[in-house]
Parts: sequence; structure tokens; C-alpha cells
Amino acid sequence: MNFKLSPKLSQKIAYTLLVISTIIVIVPVLTVIVIIIKNGWSALSWEFLTTMPKDGMRAGGILPAILGTLAIVSCAICITLPVGVCAAIYLNEYAKDNLLTRIIKLAIVNLAGVPSVVYGLFGLGIFVMLMGFGVSILAGALTLSIMELPVIITTARGALSSVPYSFREASWSLGVSKWQTIRRVVLPNALPGIMTGAILSISRISGETAPILFTAAAFYVPHLPKSMFDQVMALPYHLYIISTQIPNMPKNIIFGTALVLLLMVLSMSLIAIVARLYFRKIRKW
Amino acid sequence: MNSKITDYIIEKIIFLCGIIAIVFVVLIFGFLLKEGFAFFKEYGVFNFIFGKYWYPSSNPASYGVFSLIIGSLLVTLGAAIIAVPFGIMTALFIAELAPKGIRDILKSIVELMAAIPSVVLGFVGMVTLVPLVRSILDIPTGLTAFSGSIVLGFMAMPTIVSISEDAIRSVPWQYKEGAFALGATKWQTIRRVVLKAAMPGIIAAVMLGIGRVIGETMAVLMVTGNAAAIPTSIFDPVRTLTATIAAEMGETVRGGLHYRALFGIGLVLFTITFLINFIADLFLNKKK
Amino acid sequence: MVDKIKVENLSCFYSGKQVLKNLSLTVKANEILSIIGPSNSGKTSFLRTLNRMNDMNVYFSRKGNIFLDDDNIFDMNPEKLRTRIGMLFAMPIPLPMSIYDNIAYAPRVLGLKNKKNMDEVVEQSLRDASLWDEVKDRLNSSAIKMSGGQQQRLCIARILAIEPEVILFDEPCSGLDPISTAKVEEAMLKLKEKYTIVLVTNNVKQASRVGTRTAFFLMGELIEIDKTQNMFLTPKNKTTEDYITGRFG
Repeated sequence: MNFKLSPKLSQKIAYTLLVISTIIVIVPVLTVIVIIIKNGWSALSWEFLTTMPKDGMRAGGILPAILGTLAIVSCAICITLPVGVCAAIYLNEYAKDNLLTRIIKLAIVNLAGVPSVVYGLFGLGIFVMLMGFGVSILAGALTLSIMELPVIITTARGALSSVPYSFREASWSLGVSKWQTIRRVVLPNALPGIMTGAILSISRISGETAPILFTAAAFYVPHLPKSMFDQVMALPYHLYIISTQIPNMPKNIIFGTALVLLLMVLSMSLIAIVARLYFRKIRKW
Repeated sequence: MNSKITDYIIEKIIFLCGIIAIVFVVLIFGFLLKEGFAFFKEYGVFNFIFGKYWYPSSNPASYGVFSLIIGSLLVTLGAAIIAVPFGIMTALFIAELAPKGIRDILKSIVELMAAIPSVVLGFVGMVTLVPLVRSILDIPTGLTAFSGSIVLGFMAMPTIVSISEDAIRSVPWQYKEGAFALGATKWQTIRRVVLKAAMPGIIAAVMLGIGRVIGETMAVLMVTGNAAAIPTSIFDPVRTLTATIAAEMGETVRGGLHYRALFGIGLVLFTITFLINFIADLFLNKKK
Repeated sequence: MVDKIKVENLSCFYSGKQVLKNLSLTVKANEILSIIGPSNSGKTSFLRTLNRMNDMNVYFSRKGNIFLDDDNIFDMNPEKLRTRIGMLFAMPIPLPMSIYDNIAYAPRVLGLKNKKNMDEVVEQSLRDASLWDEVKDRLNSSAIKMSGGQQQRLCIARILAIEPEVILFDEPCSGLDPISTAKVEEAMLKLKEKYTIVLVTNNVKQASRVGTRTAFFLMGELIEIDKTQNMFLTPKNKTTEDYITGRFG
């Protein structure tokens, strides 16, 4: 057979395929979200959010899991954000452009792709065992912060280097020192980028299960966390447990837990996305 | 002069943080290397990589990860077959055809997609997709490599779509204009000029997507069935490298051979993903 | 007249490649020294060495010395040096803040706290840069929204606010239309009374209009330096004549 489609027709076919493929990519995501909302909505109540689990988790609320996740995540971000931003400032503004710096930059970019479960192993070996923190909020937070460090450094470096070099030169030429230039010109202009990156990081680590699996999370703790060295329940781990390990679990509680986790994560991502669009619009240069 | 001193101290703190971050980067690598190599020395690299049986609790225990590697590869391959064509086509649509308003919305949705925790996707896959696969294909269990591939395919898509889209949009408009001037239709231009120019970036996107799939843990743990045997087809249950670590680390004796075997798996995963990222990075830099 | 800047046997290198060759010259107080020459003749490198902006470039190295009023600039604190030798770039670079804050930026960092004094500094600087009348009603609006010519005069005002002794102009009018150029040149001639000026320009006519003396650079070497009048009427060197009459460059 020897026939050729006219360019017009082949363009039409191709466009149709592209539209269909976009629909195929987008629809399942929306379906997942709709399924979770539809099935989990009935479980959602003030009581569900603020009480302890009962009857082997088959009833009651998920308060300890929510608090546990908040504790781990807030500790993690408090560690990783300042260290990561400082490291980014160092690499972007101070480090000499030599082979060592280039290797370090490369390593940091590539570490962002290392599986989270591998960070879990690292956390177990270093923080839980070697440093003796045990399975605890602290060990989990440190593990998550090490995992997120490359991401924070990379986004912060992106934000810093998007500030035009000429701004720095203009400031130096006025007799302003390097650090003062960073503080008064570079950082204020890089801040929106750094903050949206930080919010996305919070969202990401809130949903991570594998890194806290053996460093912080507990199957069930009958009381709320009291210190940094306590084991805690955590929302993503709790969801994993109740959906795979507990027989005869009421469906709406599992979906309700998934819904709470999803709302937490997606709302933060949404804030970051909207903030980024906003800052891009009002950006002055 | 007071402010001079503060400046000095702050600069030193910045240097210190830079060094701390770098030390940890080196530490991760060194630590995995140490633990992994200790295990390899005791058990043998060949026995570990090519051993067919992963029986950590039998006597004597055997720690061959060949079936796990095959499991990971099978699930990854399936996911790639799903995610790559759809991902690239969607990226083309977003970059070249969608009007600006729709483009922003689609990009935001793709980003939200990337934010959904894998344990949530695993759970939804488990309660919707797995029964569906079982009843449609009429097989004993829906917990198969196939189900894992579908879930992971969707997890790879955001990466592939957003990075490909970047690559496609960064093709200089002069290229396109040249093709239009020769009388090519828009689609011919996209196919022959844009795709070709954006190819390094698209390859990088695919590799990063695949890297994400290989490292994915919770979703595969929940939908692939976790049978540590070499699968005969994509409709068999499989167990991946990541799932093995997640499922067994809790039960091992700290410091024992089994424990160190899991670190050996960690080292394998680290090496694979680091290499994939490294190569993707080369492609991304080539683009510039 | 007094020598303000003395350059002795200066050679500059980027990654080992020599861009300035054994250069010696002086800049006299309250003159405008124009430096002309084709691109890549080392004019901008020379300027960026004078206030040590090249220190920020790790590939840069130099031999020889430069004296500002008998002090070797390479022994001075570079930040202190730059408050004595200000620099205006080819493209106007307003910082992304208000007009007022652009001027107040450096004095504030360097320790001026009093709001009333600051207001005076801002007003005086803008007046000296011939910009006050155009912007006095919108000091708090963004500097980015000004026209190119206004931005360049804002950058001049910003330098004046730190009260330097010398101002370096690096092709300050290359992006401007003739009217804006005239305004910047007018400002320059006014500034000559208080400051010493070194002007790098690609525009030979500009050098002849404003330069007290003119230096001709070619391939990193100083070919000729003389009173502007002398150089344009009776150049001593054949290459200089070819360049200023437009035969090459």
C-alpha cells in the first residue's frame, strides 16, 4: 500500500492524539482526588481530627497521627531551610568556581533523585543507631531534612541566580560589601522563589512515608508526643498501616485519613503555585 | 565597626552551613558504601546480584537479589511504556497548542499530581485498580507488576511532562519561523524541528521520570503483591528492591547479616539512581 | 594640575590572557579623561581595575600599581576604595526599589541613619544629576519604571550620594538616544567642577565634546594620550589619526 496523508489531515490527527493523551494524563488524577473526597468526606468531622483512635484504630480519630506529622515536618523544615539556604548562598555567591565546587554542585543536584527509602536507611544507620536518638521525632526530622536538603539547596540556588548579576555589581560599585549586597539586594529579590520552594518542600515531606518508616513512625502510641525523643504516629504511615495491616478496617476511616493527608499536602502545593504565579506577575525586573 | 563584626560572623555561619551540607552529602555516600561493601565482602557480590533466591529467614539464609532486580526492571519498564508516550504528547500539547490560560491550569494540575503522596496513590490503586485488573483479566490476584506499572506510570508523568515541556518551550522561535517560511504546517514543524531540537531535554525528562519510578517505594509495596520470585509475565506478582527494604527492615536484627543485606540493596539503588540522574544532568546541560 | 590617579606599569590578565600591556598614565584632578579605542582594546578592563571591580572575577590577575592620591589602591580596603571611586555602567542598572531608596541605599549601608540628613542627600544628589525636577513628585515610585535616560541619571545620582572623588563612566550613553545622551553629557560637564572623571567611550565625537584630555587604547596598549584638542587636530600617531577619522574601528 502506498498512500500518504495530506499534511492538513495528518495535522488534524496528530492534534487529536495530543488532546486525547492530555485527557488520559489529567483525568485519572482528578478521579483519584474525587474518589478520596467522595468516600472520605463522611468520616471527616471535628471529632475525627481531634480524638485518639479507638478499638484497634477501627474507630475514633487520628489526632496523634496529625500531631506526629506536624511535629516531624516542622522540625525537619526548621533544620533544613536555614542550612539549605545558607549552603545555597555559599555555593552561589562565595564558592570559587573550581573543580571541587563543580563536583559538589553536581553531587547535590543528583542526590535529589536518590530514593527516599535509601534516605530512610541512612537515617536508621546514622541517627537512630550511631547517634543513639532511637526511633524518634528527632531522628525522623533529621532524616527528612537530609533528604530535602538537596532540593532546598537546588531551588534556593535557582532563586539566587535568577537575581541579575548586574544588581550585585551595581551594589559593589557603590562600596557595599559582599554580605551587605546579599542581604539587601540579592536575598529580598530571591525570597519569593526560596519561600515557594520551601512550601513545596513542606508539602513533599508531609506525604513521605519511606524515610520515617524506621526512623520515627510507630504503629500505635497511646499518648500524644511529649518530647523530641518520642516515637510518634504519622499520617502517611498511619494510612499505610490501616489500609494494609488491619483486617476489617471501616472503609470510610481509611478514606478519611487519606483525605486529611491529601488536603494537607495539596493545599500547601496550591499555596505555593498561586504564590509563584503572583510573584511572577509583580516581579519588578 | 560593630556591623563589620556581625557581617564577619554571619559570613562564617554561611560557610559553616555550606560545609555541613556538603559533609552530609559525602557522609550518605560513604555510609552506604561502607555498610554495603561490608556485606558484599561477607556474602560475595556475584552471589548477591545474580543469586536467584531471596530467603532471608530460611536456614541457611540466601540473599540473592536477582528476582528483585527483575521485579524492579519489569515494573519500571511497564511504567515507562505507559508514561513516556503520554507524557511527551501531553508536554507537546501544553507547550505548543494550549492557549495561555489553559496552559497555566494544566501545568498547575501536573504539579499537584506530583504532590500526591505515594502512599495515597498506592492506597487508591489498591482499592480500585487492583480488583479491576483481577476481574478484567480473570487472574488469581490483581496485585501484579502490571498494576504497579500503571500506578507508577502516573507517578512518572508529572516529571516527564514538566521537564519535557520546559525543553520544548525553550526551543528558539527562529527555528520554527524558519520551518514556517519553507511552507511547513505547524504539525510538520513541531514534529521535524521542535521535537528534534528539544530531544536532549526530553531524554533527560524520561530518565528523571524513570529514576523516580525505580526509587518509588510505598505505592509498589501496596500494589505489586511482593512475591520474591522471578516473574514469568507482567501479570505475575513481583517484589521490587525498594519494597524489600521497606517491608523487611522493621523485622531484622540490627547489625545482622539480613540488616546489612538490606543496606547492600540500598547501595545498589543509590548507584542506579545516581547514575540515571547524572546522565540526565548531562543531557540537560547539553541542551544549554 | 594635581595628579589624582597615577597608573604605573599596569598589566592585566584574564585566565592568563593579557588584556592590558604595561600601561602607565595619570589622571589629573577635576579633568575628564576620555578613553577611546575599538572594542577589545582593554578600555573597560582598565576602568574595572581602577575601582577593583575586577577583584570579583576569579580569572583576573594583574601586575603593576595604581595610586590614588599617593595611596596604593591595592593596599586599600576595596569597599572603602569604591566609595572614593564610583562607577557608572554601560547599561543603567537601577536596583529594584523606589527612586528614593536607590539613592539612599549606599549611604544607609555605610551608616547614615538620620532621616532628615538622608532627605537632603537624596535631594542634592538628584539635583546634581539634573534629575530632581523630573522625579521630585514620585520619589517613592519604582525606579524600574523610569525611561532609560532617567535611569542612567539616577545611577549618577546614586554615585554622587556616596560623595566619591573620582567617577568612572563605562560607555554611559551606549544605550541612549541623542537627547538623553546630551543630558548625560551636560551632567558630566557640571560634575567636572567637583569630581575627577574617567570616561570610556566608543563614540569618538563624545570624547571630543567632553574630554579635557583623551587617551587612545589599541589591543591593550596606550598608543597616545594628549589634550583633546591636540589629539583631534594634530594626532602624533598615524593609527590614532586613522581611528579618530573613522578609517577603522
